[in-house]
Amino acid sequence: MSLLPAPAKQEISLTVNGAPRTIHTFPMARLLDVLREDLDLTGTKEGCSEGECGSCSILLDGVLVNSCLIPALQATGSNIVTIEGLANDDRLHPLQKAFLQCGAAQCGICTPGMILAAVHLLEKTPKPSIEEIREGLSGNLCRCTGYLQIFEAVEKASRNEVAD
Amino acid sequence: MRADPADYELAAPGTLEKVLALFADEPGTWLPIAGGTDVMVLYAAGKLPARKLVNIGDLRELRHIEVTFSEVRIGAGCTYTDLRQHSVIANEFPLLARAAAWTGGIANQNRGTLGGNIANASPAGDSLPVLLVYDADLILVSVRGERRIPYRHFHTGYKKTLLAPDELIHSICISRNLKGYISYAKKVGARDAQAISKVFLAAMARISNATIEDVRLAAGSVGPVPIRLIGTELALAGRAIDNSLLETAGKVMAQEIQPINDIRSTAGYRSVVLRNLLGEFLQGLPGARIDS
Amino acid sequence: MAESEHGIVGSSVLRKEGRDKVTGAARYVDDIRLPGMLHGATVRSTIARGKINRISFSPEINWNEYVIATAKDIPGKNCIALILDDQPCLADGAINHREEPVVLLAHPDKHALAKAVEGVLIECNPLPPIYSMEESEKQTEIIWGTDNIFKSFLIEKGDADQVWANADHIVEGEYFTGAQEHLYIENNGMIAAFDPAAGITVWGSLQCPFYVHKALMALCGLPEEKVRVVQMETGGAFGGKEEYPSMIAGHAAILAMKSGRPVKIVYDRLEDMVATTKRHPSRTRHRTAVSKDGKILGGEIDLTIDGGAYATLSSVVLSRATIHAGGPYFWPSVRIRSRALATNMPPHGAFRGFGAPQSLFAIERHMDRIAKVVGLSPQEIRRRNFLQPGQTTTTEQVIREPINLSGLMDKSLAHAGYEEKKKRFSLENKTGRIKRGMGIAAFLHGAGFTGSGERYLDSVVGIEGTADGSVRVLVSSTEFGQGTNTVLCQIAAEALGIPYEYVSIAQADTTIVPNSGPTVASRTAMIVGNLVRSAAIGLRQTLQSDGTLTATYTADEFVDACRKHVAKKGVLRSLARYSSPEGIYWDDVRYKGEAYAAYAWAVYIAEISVDLTTYSVKVQDFVALQEIGKVLHPVLAKGQIIGGVAQAIGLALYEKVLWQDGRMLNGQMTNYIMPASCDLPLIRVIFEEIGNPHGAYGAKGIGELPMDGPAPAIVNAVVDALGIDFDSVPLLPEEILAVMNSHSIATTDSAPAESSR
Repeated sequence: MSLLPAPAKQEISLTVNGAPRTIHTFPMARLLDVLREDLDLTGTKEGCSEGECGSCSILLDGVLVNSCLIPALQATGSNIVTIEGLANDDRLHPLQKAFLQCGAAQCGICTPGMILAAVHLLEKTPKPSIEEIREGLSGNLCRCTGYLQIFEAVEKASRNEVAD
Repeated sequence: MRADPADYELAAPGTLEKVLALFADEPGTWLPIAGGTDVMVLYAAGKLPARKLVNIGDLRELRHIEVTFSEVRIGAGCTYTDLRQHSVIANEFPLLARAAAWTGGIANQNRGTLGGNIANASPAGDSLPVLLVYDADLILVSVRGERRIPYRHFHTGYKKTLLAPDELIHSICISRNLKGYISYAKKVGARDAQAISKVFLAAMARISNATIEDVRLAAGSVGPVPIRLIGTELALAGRAIDNSLLETAGKVMAQEIQPINDIRSTAGYRSVVLRNLLGEFLQGLPGARIDS
Repeated sequence: MAESEHGIVGSSVLRKEGRDKVTGAARYVDDIRLPGMLHGATVRSTIARGKINRISFSPEINWNEYVIATAKDIPGKNCIALILDDQPCLADGAINHREEPVVLLAHPDKHALAKAVEGVLIECNPLPPIYSMEESEKQTEIIWGTDNIFKSFLIEKGDADQVWANADHIVEGEYFTGAQEHLYIENNGMIAAFDPAAGITVWGSLQCPFYVHKALMALCGLPEEKVRVVQMETGGAFGGKEEYPSMIAGHAAILAMKSGRPVKIVYDRLEDMVATTKRHPSRTRHRTAVSKDGKILGGEIDLTIDGGAYATLSSVVLSRATIHAGGPYFWPSVRIRSRALATNMPPHGAFRGFGAPQSLFAIERHMDRIAKVVGLSPQEIRRRNFLQPGQTTTTEQVIREPINLSGLMDKSLAHAGYEEKKKRFSLENKTGRIKRGMGIAAFLHGAGFTGSGERYLDSVVGIEGTADGSVRVLVSSTEFGQGTNTVLCQIAAEALGIPYEYVSIAQADTTIVPNSGPTVASRTAMIVGNLVRSAAIGLRQTLQSDGTLTATYTADEFVDACRKHVAKKGVLRSLARYSSPEGIYWDDVRYKGEAYAAYAWAVYIAEISVDLTTYSVKVQDFVALQEIGKVLHPVLAKGQIIGGVAQAIGLALYEKVLWQDGRMLNGQMTNYIMPASCDLPLIRVIFEEIGNPHGAYGAKGIGELPMDGPAPAIVNAVVDALGIDFDSVPLLPEEILAVMNSHSIATTDSAPAESSR
């Protein structure tokens, strides 16, 4: 077992929004900071630094996670989707459209994480009940909306009722 | 973010064998990090004493759920989502599935592990009282081999455990012998989801002819460790369920717990509410004659 | 009052900056990096009161790498200019609260910076600190001025001394509200850059660019044209970014000036919670003379708020709290005494509602208490005392609009199923561990600045035509989620008769936009919106008078005319300045007259359950019915109400600030609990519209209104469920248990509690 001192920074390869990326960083750099600073993907936000507010939520290998709680090294080889990766060129994802139509984004700071949480929810549960929506979004705090218009947006998207 | 990543090492040996070898070489030096939902919070607050961490989140050896005829073996690296999605756990060990559903929001359930909850050893850990009433065993591993210990011996004091400096929790074993038990768990937090527990009661009982044949009770957040309420169980065993039993059991329970005032709640509240949860559990048992 | 001819105002157009928000393209201050930028941090006091003895710097750090600034480095005046100018930007000698800023540091590496903050030691000689209103009013320690009083008011109407003799009942009560943290999801942040020729520029998360501008002029000793303030996308504010940004901007500016490099200061959650402003805690005492048929004959109201260590906006919060203290009721006689006291807590500040939630909590709890004493129902006591058109408020403002509060209440009660539920609960509460209750809160909220405030603000708004024929709104009013951008563009589009998509709004940059006043006081849609409309009409008239546009026109013709005019004249801009309505009279000394140009009115009904196993209260159903003049944008208006109700449910049941030695103990989201998705019921929002001659298209301000009602409605409902009085918020399960214990009702054998009357 080699006990040579670990190199300070490491090359970490991962896929972000469909594109292969390699970053050169400390293994304990937070994935949130890697996204925002190394990769200039500032759509993912920092609200609490403790995995409580969900504004740093992303999809990692298809699973919703709080990127502020993930060391960069643990993201090696993973497939990451951030809010920037959701729209298809100029075509918004139905949830993005639904959020716009229902007033689900007010100040917008929780919105990226909230939308990804909703994406994750609808992938697992395509026709969620209101209780399932509440639970699916329970880790994403919003201070502006009182949540109800967010639930409406998720319901609307789940019923494929989102107009263009 | 109050920690400098440059000050920390994170090794990723990649296999359980290599991680254990590292522990053997340098016991007590490398802090394991699995899902990171506890460690990274301390880290970001600048309060993580360890400077060397070792990744165990990628160890496939720890992420399995084996079902045999007599027991279920849950790898310590299983996440709360893994637990919730497993049909045997959902059907036969519903308290564990519920505790998993109560632990943080979905994002944290996708990362947090059962082994991490145990090793972190917070008296507020939601799975812990449940494992106590399920009489779980832990399998601990090191280069020296495996040992199996009853989980109820694991916590020796506030954030102190039986885990040796070169050991990892490998799996959690729960016997599939809970037929005929009625189970109950309630977490009281500051809000309905994503809240640290203020009081927690897990309970199971087997009733025969309106008397308690066997009962198991475990509480969280009412002392330095999650606790099996052995004395209260003795006071309840073999009795008919009525108001005077509740009163007696309540008095015994009050002696077994050491709730404190802290940032989340008060000793007085915790005592009274735990007592109420016991009453709620007993009242729901067949043949109970307890006034609402 | 203008009507919406084209249907743009009154429809739910898409949020103007919405697409950027749902795609992650919106730029908040922490998303920006400038070349050569340094990170800045603040070293803060660790005691609540004392004198700085010595500041020492750890020998383990290479201080040559750092920019260090103290009070001595302030080019201008060491204060955050606001009202009384008593708050220093950096403590100089005296410390008056925990977390008071003392030393500023900057470094290119934010991790090195964090280590350096730990390496600065501020040694103090402590003085006895004052941590409560009660200690402050004793005046055994004088910590501010000569008497610890930032401001006081006295309102007298009729003859409050004569009402007691004929009173059939005299009802007393004392009510408390605690501090509340804004908990915007985006923490405070600023970037400052200095150039000797251009001056100082700051970009940041803020509500009021010109407040920051004024503060920086004084702090940096720079003239108006050498200070530029630019608002970035702002992730929530709620008043918490009304005055505080001047402080953090000042810090960034000082570091930028000293270093010659851009400096970014962004707080993490802990720093933001412990160091920035909170809602003023309050104590209100009511003593009311009531006739046997439940009419208020008169009374005395005594209101105290805790301002923290410096005056900041306490005088204005106190003003609003005082004016709202009588609620939506007719007081033939009243004496209202109020004061804002100094304590050694971090200064409290603006927070949605701005004093009204505090005093309205008290009066609405008190009305239920009066009802119980007199033997009337909560709705009947209110019905008998509601203000009628033609009657006067406590400041003797005549209610001139056709408001029918009784009618509003009837509608609200019907929507809530109040009568049926009260009957059912009174039976069901006899058994079982879940007790249910209904609670009413009736209230009003004055929109805009008080009295002559709007005249003093002298707001100016601009509309310009651009070279491509589109139109741009120029205001210093900012967007932070409430819909400023959308509503003002809607109004401009409506007034011009062009599509909403043809109108944009300039980023709030003090070099580009005129001062349309601060984005506070629920004034933006109503007052600034009206000016936007005027300026738009002015623009249209300019085009019509120079012949490029006819009396009626199509959108294409407008675009064409606009392009032609800009091509020819180089600029097409119309300004509108506020002028106060006729016949508005306000006496600032006796606090009498038209306090507000418009009041919105509301009756909220809460249905709650209390689980006597855990003493937790859950809001099961909530009806929010309000009269708001005119709904300019249904989706946005509904969002404001629901969001405000949610925030007020937090104030009522969840959000407790724990203090330890003058510092917030629970400064993390794990331990400061705001309602999350599983905690809120479906909040039912109903709007009534009777218009407003002083507001754009008849609108009244609504941003703060929803903060006033939920706390008293909920607590009234808990009282209904349990038959025990609770008179303070936040009302946590631990408090409910403690009060029940002291009433000797809570036993572990849980005999059913006395339920509704």
